[in-house]
Amino acid sequence: MASIVGIALFVGAAILALSLAATVETAGINRSNAVFDAYVWRIARFTLIQAGLSTILSVAFAIPVALALARRRSFPGRIWIIRLMALPLGLPALVAALGIVGIWGRQGVVNDLLALIDLDRPVAIYGLAGILVAHVFFNMPLAVRLLLSGLDRIPGEYWLVSANLGLSSLSLFRFIEWPVIRGLLSGIAGLIFMLCATSFTLVLTLGGGPAASTLEVAIYQALRFDFDPPRAIALSALQIAVTAALLLVLRWLTPPVTEGFTTGRPVRRFDGRSNIAILADILVIAIAALFVAAPLASVLFSGLASDLPKLAADAQVHRAIVTSLAIAAVSAGLSVTLATVMLTTNQILMSPRRPGRFAHVFSGSVAAGTSLILLVPPVVIGAGWFLLLRPLGDVARFAPAIIIVINTLMALPFVTRVLAPAIATHAARTGRLTTSLGINGWSRIVLVDWPGLRRPLLMSLSFAAALSLGDLGAVALLGSQDMVTLPYLLYSRMGSYRTTDAAGLALLLGTVCMALTILGTARERRPERAS
Amino acid sequence: MTPTSPDIAVRLENVAVRFPDHPSPRTLLFNATIERGKVTAITGASGSGKSTLLNLVAGFETPDEGRISILGRHATDVPPALRPVSVIFQEHNLFAHLDIATNVGLGIDPALKLTGEDRERIERALRDVGLAGFASRLPPTLSGGERQRVALARALVRQRPILLLDEPFAALDPGLRQEMGDLLAALQEKEASTILLVTHHADDVRRLADRVLFLDDGKIALHEDADRFLRRSEPDAVVRFLGARPPAS
Repeated sequence: MASIVGIALFVGAAILALSLAATVETAGINRSNAVFDAYVWRIARFTLIQAGLSTILSVAFAIPVALALARRRSFPGRIWIIRLMALPLGLPALVAALGIVGIWGRQGVVNDLLALIDLDRPVAIYGLAGILVAHVFFNMPLAVRLLLSGLDRIPGEYWLVSANLGLSSLSLFRFIEWPVIRGLLSGIAGLIFMLCATSFTLVLTLGGGPAASTLEVAIYQALRFDFDPPRAIALSALQIAVTAALLLVLRWLTPPVTEGFTTGRPVRRFDGRSNIAILADILVIAIAALFVAAPLASVLFSGLASDLPKLAADAQVHRAIVTSLAIAAVSAGLSVTLATVMLTTNQILMSPRRPGRFAHVFSGSVAAGTSLILLVPPVVIGAGWFLLLRPLGDVARFAPAIIIVINTLMALPFVTRVLAPAIATHAARTGRLTTSLGINGWSRIVLVDWPGLRRPLLMSLSFAAALSLGDLGAVALLGSQDMVTLPYLLYSRMGSYRTTDAAGLALLLGTVCMALTILGTARERRPERAS
Repeated sequence: MTPTSPDIAVRLENVAVRFPDHPSPRTLLFNATIERGKVTAITGASGSGKSTLLNLVAGFETPDEGRISILGRHATDVPPALRPVSVIFQEHNLFAHLDIATNVGLGIDPALKLTGEDRERIERALRDVGLAGFASRLPPTLSGGERQRVALARALVRQRPILLLDEPFAALDPGLRQEMGDLLAALQEKEASTILLVTHHADDVRRLADRVLFLDDGKIALHEDADRFLRRSEPDAVVRFLGARPPAS
């Protein structure tokens, strides 16, 4: 219970600080009219427009790719294309931004190629275009994977029955594929819209100025550059209102998951056998793979071309690595501990046939606690604490603790999502047996719980560490010369045009985060033997 | 060339299917002549190749060697939709998100361009399987037995002379199995269609089959009248099959 109160207090204090500051400032200077001025509304509008466009483009791109991958069940490299689609998930936004500039930027590969046919570098990346490309880079693969898993759940018999009935490709789309896609679409689009509406790093690096700024970036700028707390407060309030509305819509949109069980018949499809159909699918899959792989390759190659030995000898880099690893380790540990305690307590309380009222309240607050974190984005929490701690002296003194807590909370929804089913299954498998054998306390942890839950615990630990390592939001707001993490160092080297340094750092950061994410999301290779 | 006869529905000549990727690589080999207008039960232990044999006739499986002819026509390379067969599986025969009339209608026209007369045929077929008034319901609201009857109604409107059934009663309770079996027998009598029925229940053979194809280890071990098959006291594989009562579910 204490943990939930803690979360509520930490987030609540931030919101309280924001609103208190708002009343003080507005009462003092009487500029209440100016708080929600044209600038704030323009930012809010742009936030929603870019999120809407990003969502439409990501989904529209993803649908043909998912259809093609679902149609072609076995071609050499299929599994690698699907793995490639999982990679952006683990890539820090800052590193991706660098890779995207390497491909789509003024000196990028695309413009180089267009120069060959006498076009004068027509692709300009900074601004809305850059934000859209980056958001599609992150979210198209996500949508492909979600759609593909939906299409893979179609019973194998459907394809045989369709072949027997003679359904054409168009009929297959109309009667089988589209109904599945339509069922998933609202949930996927809602998720992507949410991610794009709260996107910070990509907009900060690729937005290229106040014309293309989102609420989160504007909050950061209001505090770090203009030092205009009332504006930061107004923006934060809008941000919370927007995310709250989105969360409500998402809950309303997300359809109940209908887990249709199949007879385990291997899927065999008889459609799309003409040469044109095969060629079209190859083209679609190749374009998607290239779109995702190119920025990754750009990070890799420009990173390898940079002066890595020089970076390896740079004391500032050493310090940033140590700081980043320390923050990541502590916040990942905290996040996983917090989630485990909350979930196991919940499990114990809800296990009687008729759980008491307290159990229901607790269970409800666990769910509320995690969605509170989604409701109030890290930058807003950071902004609140920034204002709260300002009267106590230099904010930088408290930065490490605040960043650790923000990172801990940030990872909590993801950690909970991995651990909740694992802990529930574990309890169902071992709960009665351990109770009847009277295994308790330490021996229960060593003999039963750790062996059973080791894997999901390490997975969520690894994923939480990757999230924290790649985070720029909290540190951008609270960081200083004494408080430099790897992403912060990378961002400042990018800003001071030390691009080769940036390339090397991006490679380092990208590799570490990617490795941690792959560890954190790896599925069991072989299915468990039936017991 | 073997002479074709109007009494032959399906002929399999030296049809071989190889499974090289299987843990124990093996080849299934089929030689059979299946009579027209009769119910032939395909039985045998699991893994003996029952479904593969059915898939060869349906066109879901392509033989590595040999030839298949259906109703006197060479069919080895004919795509599934162009073969004169309708297929019903154990489950998932209906598209769960489309209503019953649409599911049956797809049997008339796969692009669902239906005339008024077609709609009457759908009504009639649903009535024939005892599901009048179910047209606008969705498959998940029906029982397993009712869903299988819808699949049967679709086979009726398709008017293909050969019906391939792959364990069509396996997911049903004993009472429903009986009911479905009776319905199938009645329809077969009325339409005089050829039915190939894959089953691992001796009861289905007793109740429905005229002829039996008994598979053992990827080959056709016996092909004979059902009466004779049911009286057998050897070989052991058949005795085991006949003796093994279906487990009550």
